[in-house]
Amino acid sequence: MNPKDIIDIAADVTMMMLSFALLLVVVRIVRGPTLPDRIVALDLLVGVVIGFIATIGLKAEIFQYLDIAIALGLVGFLATVAFARFVMTRGRAGDAATTLPDSGPDSAYSGEVRR
Amino acid sequence: MTMLFALVTAVCLLIGGAFAIVGALGILRFPDVYTRMHSASKAGTLGSGFCLLAVAIWAPDFSVTTRALAGVLFFLLTAPISAHLLARAALIAGYAPVSAGRPGDVSSTLCPPDRANELPVGEEHRSV
Repeated sequence: MNPKDIIDIAADVTMMMLSFALLLVVVRIVRGPTLPDRIVALDLLVGVVIGFIATIGLKAEIFQYLDIAIALGLVGFLATVAFARFVMTRGRAGDAATTLPDSGPDSAYSGEVRR
Repeated sequence: MTMLFALVTAVCLLIGGAFAIVGALGILRFPDVYTRMHSASKAGTLGSGFCLLAVAIWAPDFSVTTRALAGVLFFLLTAPISAHLLARAALIAGYAPVSAGRPGDVSSTLCPPDRANELPVGEEHRSV
């Protein structure tokens, strides 16, 4: 077994894991329930995509992809900062109260947050 | 020797993928935005960081290694900053954490949850 084969197998497995992570993050982006939840999920999405780009670059041995990964990280950071400013000026704007993602109406976490 | 480098690279890749899954699971399962932020900024950063570290180990020349390590350093520096800014903005905007009102809660000193929606725009800095 030569070294390149090990890298190929590991990269394939890693790409499957990263795809699964992307799927979970997209579920959170769709379900919300509030704007900061979606912003945090988008932030993690950028992080996972950076890992994806690095893995693809490693498998294909095209190391110029690293520059794209670093540029994407910069864009993601600036986007999160801009979104944070936006949340600060916007306020809650009628967003839902905090809930567990799978809590029903009878759950201890549903409804208003205890104060 | 090349075999050793390949093994270390493969292990780094797999650790990175595992951390990405852990971060994504945390963001799906945790109850509020602040706990989700903790999962996303720590596990997520390590996920992409380990993938970049694998590139740095396997890279054929020194310039690629340097760029990959600079990328890791950049993400380690920016992830806490963006998470802190977002947590502060969410708290000031009035998103109460699940621990609000329980012993040890400090969020209501930044912005009391019951008048969170009444804060006019521009007023939010004064309440800090």
